[in-house]
Amino acid sequence: MQTSFTAEQLRDPAIAASNQVLRTCVHCGFCTATCPTFVLLGDELDSPRGRIYLIKDMLESGRPATGDVARHVDRCLSCLSCMTTCPSGVHYMHLVDHARTVIEETFRRPWHDRMLRALLAAVLPYPGRMRAALAAARLGRPFAALVPGSTTLGRRLRAMLALAPRGQMPRSTLDGVRTHPAEGTRRARVALLAGCAQRVLDPGINDATIRLLTRLGVEVVVARGAGCCGALTHHMGRHAPAMASARANIDAWTREIEGDGLDAIVVNTSGCGTTLKDYGFMFRTGEAALRERAERVASLVADISEFLVRIGYAPTREPPGLTVAYHAACSLQHGQRVTEAPKLLLRKAGFRVVEPAEGHLCCGSAGTYNLLQPEIATRLRDRKLQNIRTTAPDLIAAGNIGCLTQLAGGGLPTVHTVALLDWMAGGPAPAGLKPAPPATGTR
Amino acid sequence: MIAQPAPKQEVLARRDAIVAGLRRLLPESGVIAEPIRLRPYETDGLAAYRQPPLAVALPETTEQVAAVLRFLHEEGVRIIPRGAGTSLSGGALPMADAVVVGLMRLNRILAIDYADRCATVQAGVTNIGITQAVQGTGFFYAPDPSSQLACMIGGNVGMNSGGAHCLRYGVTANNLLGLKIVTVSGEIIDIGGAHLDAAGYDWLGLLTGSEGQLAVVTEVTVRILRGPEGARAMLAAFRANEVAGACVDAIISSGIIPVALEFMDRPAIHACEAFAHAGYPLDAEAMLIIEVEGSPAEQDFLLSRIREICERHDPISLKVSQSAEESAAIWKGRKGAFGAVGRISPDYLCMDGTIPTGRLPEVLRRIGEMSERYGLKVANIFHAGDGNLHPLIMFDANDPDSFARAERFGADVLRLCVEVGGCLTGEHGVGVEKRDLMDAQFTPTDLAQQRRIKDAFDPLWLLNPSKVFPLVETLKQAA
Repeated sequence: MQTSFTAEQLRDPAIAASNQVLRTCVHCGFCTATCPTFVLLGDELDSPRGRIYLIKDMLESGRPATGDVARHVDRCLSCLSCMTTCPSGVHYMHLVDHARTVIEETFRRPWHDRMLRALLAAVLPYPGRMRAALAAARLGRPFAALVPGSTTLGRRLRAMLALAPRGQMPRSTLDGVRTHPAEGTRRARVALLAGCAQRVLDPGINDATIRLLTRLGVEVVVARGAGCCGALTHHMGRHAPAMASARANIDAWTREIEGDGLDAIVVNTSGCGTTLKDYGFMFRTGEAALRERAERVASLVADISEFLVRIGYAPTREPPGLTVAYHAACSLQHGQRVTEAPKLLLRKAGFRVVEPAEGHLCCGSAGTYNLLQPEIATRLRDRKLQNIRTTAPDLIAAGNIGCLTQLAGGGLPTVHTVALLDWMAGGPAPAGLKPAPPATGTR
Repeated sequence: MIAQPAPKQEVLARRDAIVAGLRRLLPESGVIAEPIRLRPYETDGLAAYRQPPLAVALPETTEQVAAVLRFLHEEGVRIIPRGAGTSLSGGALPMADAVVVGLMRLNRILAIDYADRCATVQAGVTNIGITQAVQGTGFFYAPDPSSQLACMIGGNVGMNSGGAHCLRYGVTANNLLGLKIVTVSGEIIDIGGAHLDAAGYDWLGLLTGSEGQLAVVTEVTVRILRGPEGARAMLAAFRANEVAGACVDAIISSGIIPVALEFMDRPAIHACEAFAHAGYPLDAEAMLIIEVEGSPAEQDFLLSRIREICERHDPISLKVSQSAEESAAIWKGRKGAFGAVGRISPDYLCMDGTIPTGRLPEVLRRIGEMSERYGLKVANIFHAGDGNLHPLIMFDANDPDSFARAERFGADVLRLCVEVGGCLTGEHGVGVEKRDLMDAQFTPTDLAQQRRIKDAFDPLWLLNPSKVFPLVETLKQAA
C-alpha cells in the first residue's frame, strides 16, 4: 500500500518500522472476516484494515491522535487473529503497539479513563497491590448492582467488581524467588516466568507447573528481579514502564543464562509469552549488547505446552473420562502460533478433547480489555460460552489466565491446561473437579 | 489515477443537511461523516484508486436500506453500495459527493432448507459463511472466489463472482434462486424465490453482475449442494508457462472437466509457499493445481487420465495430495495468492481477462514479453480451466511512474484478451478499473443499448454511476 512519509519522518525508527508494515499490506480485506470486532460491529473502522488506515493517516499527518482514532484503536483486542489470516504477512501487532504509544503520548483522554488506566497500570503488574485490590473488590462485589448509571465509568466499575474472585483467595505453596530442584536426574534447567496478575488470581497454575516440571526432571528457577513481562502496560501504550519491566526480566534471566545456564524460559500465561518472544524487536534500536541479550532471552522463551512436547510428557493416572473443551487463547494461537501442542498433550493425558466452533474468535478477555471495553467483551464472552456449551464438555481448558477468568462463571469449571496435565501425572485434582482417579504407574 | 465525474456542487453544499437526514433514519453508530473516519472507506481491494465519500451509512435491515435510498434519491445524492470492500476492480470506489451504503451489518442467515437445497441469507453474509452454516449437514455453496473468507454474497451477486471450483459448478448466476432488492427510489422487490426459474423475464440474470448499478441487493436465496464423497488435488510442475498452458488446453480438450484447474507461475508459487507451506514445487516455472472429486474409484480414474496427459508435457514432478490437511494447505496457498504477492511487491494490479483455452500458451508468452517491455514483474495466478487470467502486475505505489506503467501494461493485457477472442473480465467485474476499455469490447451501439437498461432502473444515474461505462457517456447521462 502507498505511504507518504517524509524522509525526516522515516529517520524515526518507530515510523520506519511502521512504514514497512504498511507497505506489506495490499488492502485485500481478508483480515476483516476473522476480526471479532468487525464480526460484532460491522464497520470497516472496527476491522484491522480500517484501523491500519486510521493509524497510517495519524502517523503520516504527524498530528496528535484524535478521539476518533483512539476510540477505534482502543476497541482492538490485540487478539492478532488478523495476523493468522493475513496472506501478506502484515505485522499488525507492531503497528498497533506503535499506535497505542502515539495515542498515549498525544491524546488526552477523559479524566475517568485516565484514572482507570493509571490505576490498572499501577496495580496489575504488582502481586502485592493486586492481592489487596482483589480483597477490596471482593468486599465491594455485593454492591456491584448499586453502581449507578449507564456511563462508561459505571459499566467499567461493575465489570471490575464482577471479576473479583468469589471464594477465599487461594495462596501458593511454592511461590517466591527460589530454585526448585529436579526430581531424579536433572534433564534440563529452566526459568519460570512467575508473572504478576496470574500468581494472585490462581497461584495453583505456577504450583502445578513447578510440580510437573520437577517431576519430569527439570530444575525450575524463579529468578530474583524477574516480574511482570511488560505486556499490561505495553498494550496500554505506556512505553517507558513496559520497557522497564522487560529490561528487568532480561537482566534477571541473563544472570541465570550466564550463571548456571538455562535451556528455556517457560511461560504458562500465553499473553505474557507473546510479549517475551517479542523482546528482540522491542530492544532492536538499543545498544548492541542489550539487543543481543534481549534476542537471546526471546529465543529461549517457550510456552509450557511447547516445552512439555519437547521434553516428553506421560500421564500416570487412568484416563479420567472427562471431555475437555480446549479454548485456544489468542495469544497462544495467533500471537505465538502454538495450536497443536496443548491439544496433543491433553489427549495424551487421557482427556477427550473437543474444539468449539469459531475457535479463532477472542473470548473478550484480552488483558485489560474486559475492564476497559466491558460491552464488547461481554458479547464476545457470551458468544464464546455458547459455542463451548454446544460441544457439551465437562470443563474448559486454556493456557492463559485472562481467558480462564473471563470464561469462569459460565457454569463450567475452567482449568489451566498445565493443571490438568499435572493432575494426570500425579498432582492434586484442580479445584472444582472430582477427586483424582487412582495412580497406576506410568501408562 | 482514474478520472471521476465532477462532484455535484449543490450536493456538497448540502452536506450537513444530508448527514442529519441520515442520522434521523439510522442508529448513531450507523452514520459516519467525520473526515478522519471517512478515510478508511475511500477505497476497496483496488487500493490504487481512492476517494473519500461524503458520508457512510450502515443500515441494519432491508427497511433501513430502503429508507436511506428513498431519502438519498429525493435529495439527488449518488449512492455507492459496498459489501466487504474486497473488489479488485474498484467496484466500491466512492465519489466525493456520494454516500457509501455499507451492507456489512446485514449479516444474518435467514433460512436453510435442506429438503429443497436452498438457503436465504442477508447480503452481508460472507461467501464462506454460507458454506460454514450448512457444512455440518454435508452441504456447501459452490462458487468460491479466492476472497471467499471475507467477500460478501451481495457483492458476489453484484459482480457475478466466480472461483476455482466454478469450472464444474458454474458462477454465482448459476447458483442463484432469488433476490430481495431495493430500487434506487426505495421500493423493496422480491425476484425469483426458493424454486428454479421464475416466470417472466430472467430478472435474476439481468441483476446478477449489474455491479450495484440497477438496485441494492439485501437478501439472496442460493442453491446449496450436497458435498462430494471425496476430492483430491494433484500438483503438476512444469518447465515453462507455455508448457503448463498447453497442458491445460490438452486436459480440457480431452473432455475431462476437473472440479478445479488452477495455474500459478514461479513468483506466485514462491510467495504462496511462504504463506501456506503447502509443499509447492519451488523448482518449477509453472504449476497446475488439478482437483477431481467423486467416489475413490472415480477419483483414481480421472487422476490417471490427467496424469497421462501431464506426462506428455515433460513435467518436473506430479504429486497427488495424500491427506485432507495437505489438500487444505494446497488451497490455502491458492486462495491467499493475491495477498501473498504482498510479500514480494508492495502493490499490484490484478487483471481479470478471459480467453479461449487454446490461446493460453500464446497469451502467456505475450504477457511475458510485455512484462519485459514495461519493466514490471508479473505473477500469473488464474483459473486456467476457464481461461480466466489473473496476471498480477507488480508495482510500487510510492513511485508514480511505476504505477502509470502498470496501468498501461494492464490495459494492454486486456486488449490482448479481447484480440484473441476473449473478454475484459471473467469474474471481478468492470468496476472503475476496466471502464475505459469497454469500447475495445463493444461498439457504440452496444454500449448505448446497455445504458438504456441502466436508464430504466435508475434514470438519474445515482447508483454507483461512475463504473462500468466509459465516463464520457456517464457524464452525458448525469448532466
